[in-house]
Amino acid sequence: MTAYDIVIIGGGPAGLSAAVSAYDSGCRSILILERDAELGGILNQCIHSGFGLHTFKEELTGPEYAARYIGMVLERGIEYKLNTMVMDISPDRVVTAMNSEDGMFLIKAKAVILAMGCRERPRGALNIPGYRPAGIFSAGTAQRLVNIEGYMVGKEVVILGSGDIGLIMARRMTLEGAKVKCVAELMPYSGGLKRNIVQCLDDYGIPLLLSHTVVDIEGKEHIKAVTIAEVDENRRPIEGTERRYTCDALLLSCGLVPENELSQSMGVGLSKVTNGPVVNESLETDIEGVFACGNVLHVHDLVDFVSEEAKKAGETAVKYVSGRIERSDETEIELRATFGVRYTVPSKIAVGRMDDTLTVRFRVGDVYKDSFVSVYFDDERVIHQKKRVLAPGEMEQVVLKKANLLSREGLSTVTVRIEGE
Amino acid sequence: MEKRELTCIGCPLGCGITVELDEGEILSVSGYTCKRGEIYARKEVTNPTRNVTSTVRVTGGERERVSCKTRGDVPKALIFSVMEEINRASVAAPVCIGDVLIGNVAGSGIDVVATANIKAV
Repeated sequence: MTAYDIVIIGGGPAGLSAAVSAYDSGCRSILILERDAELGGILNQCIHSGFGLHTFKEELTGPEYAARYIGMVLERGIEYKLNTMVMDISPDRVVTAMNSEDGMFLIKAKAVILAMGCRERPRGALNIPGYRPAGIFSAGTAQRLVNIEGYMVGKEVVILGSGDIGLIMARRMTLEGAKVKCVAELMPYSGGLKRNIVQCLDDYGIPLLLSHTVVDIEGKEHIKAVTIAEVDENRRPIEGTERRYTCDALLLSCGLVPENELSQSMGVGLSKVTNGPVVNESLETDIEGVFACGNVLHVHDLVDFVSEEAKKAGETAVKYVSGRIERSDETEIELRATFGVRYTVPSKIAVGRMDDTLTVRFRVGDVYKDSFVSVYFDDERVIHQKKRVLAPGEMEQVVLKKANLLSREGLSTVTVRIEGE
Repeated sequence: MEKRELTCIGCPLGCGITVELDEGEILSVSGYTCKRGEIYARKEVTNPTRNVTSTVRVTGGERERVSCKTRGDVPKALIFSVMEEINRASVAAPVCIGDVLIGNVAGSGIDVVATANIKAV
């Protein structure tokens, strides 16, 4: 059995950034395991621009952003294995993986960084009635077919769900000559970034139908049409509002779910809200020496924040490997998300182990205008930030200072909430 | 006087920007939170531009397509002419990031460049 200090599961943006930061923190025994034939993960098919403004101070496309990090991994000579599927990780951090060259093999890791990313919510999870013909794709699958394989998936397209990939694909299909008839969104607000509604839908006159959903799919061999209806406040279709749209492709952009089969089978505790591991200030899961970052932890909108989070996971994994952070008896402070805040990452803080500052990321559950993001140390409000708009589609963050946390003796709960004033 | 509400597309923050115009002349720009936003707003109400990303056919490469972008924004009205040229173009592998695939696309003065590396096979 081979052994490494740090084994990173996944060679996408999170895995690459974690590897680079682990190396730069002094670790020389790092292995990245990637199931695809190349490093870079989903960035390789995200050919649109908008990546890297925070990290590189310039606007890059997905493949360019990936290439920068791949370059950093290669420069440092960090080891990686492609076409390699991880089958299992044991709680004592033995990784079972396989590929066509090595067969099945075991690796003993001092620390494991989970960076497997996320998957799209499939049709089966959406409860759409109707036939199951060809021509129904998740938006990301369509993106891969169009951008990497060079196949058009349809000429007359309807998109269900207004997640960012759906919006990006609405523009992409339009540029390639398809007619995108509409984007239907079940919720009364879009799940994607505002800028994508402007530059992907408004620019091309594609209607966004909020509070609408697909209630029927026609076509036995291949999709022929869909019926879209308005929904009420309980998200039930309203009779009499049905409208039929002929189409030869239906793209689904209905949310992303962290891919945690491996985490789950090794016994990592998952959050019911994010579907990602519950982590502390070091991005360590409830299994010692197992860290998580990127979309496997919680779904991000911006790759720049994935890289930043993964950098931290790389650093703390090295601290763990070199014995600089240990599980102590220190009581952890609970981070509580309430009143409009759906979750926070991390959700626990051991103040003794945290850096001078800690970025707490969270999402809200509804659209809030001219509201405040507030942080309470037990009953005392310590942060009160005005926000013009807060939306579920956009991740927010607050920064906690170690000095402030230390100055409150006996502090048990930090609460993040939304307030009207 | 005309008032236009814009959403900045300069970065994913999507700041709301208000531009006040009088007969096409910009009187005020407000709501932006960085320089990029002000530039976007001024351009958007006078000469809106976009960058275009797509793919170009590759021959002799490990992949069939290489992703590409306009190296700089092109006028919005030219987007579909740019796409026509991109769809007609073809490049032989190897291709490197930054290689010019189409010079002066659609007469815009802007080049289309590769955004990925494709090895030859």
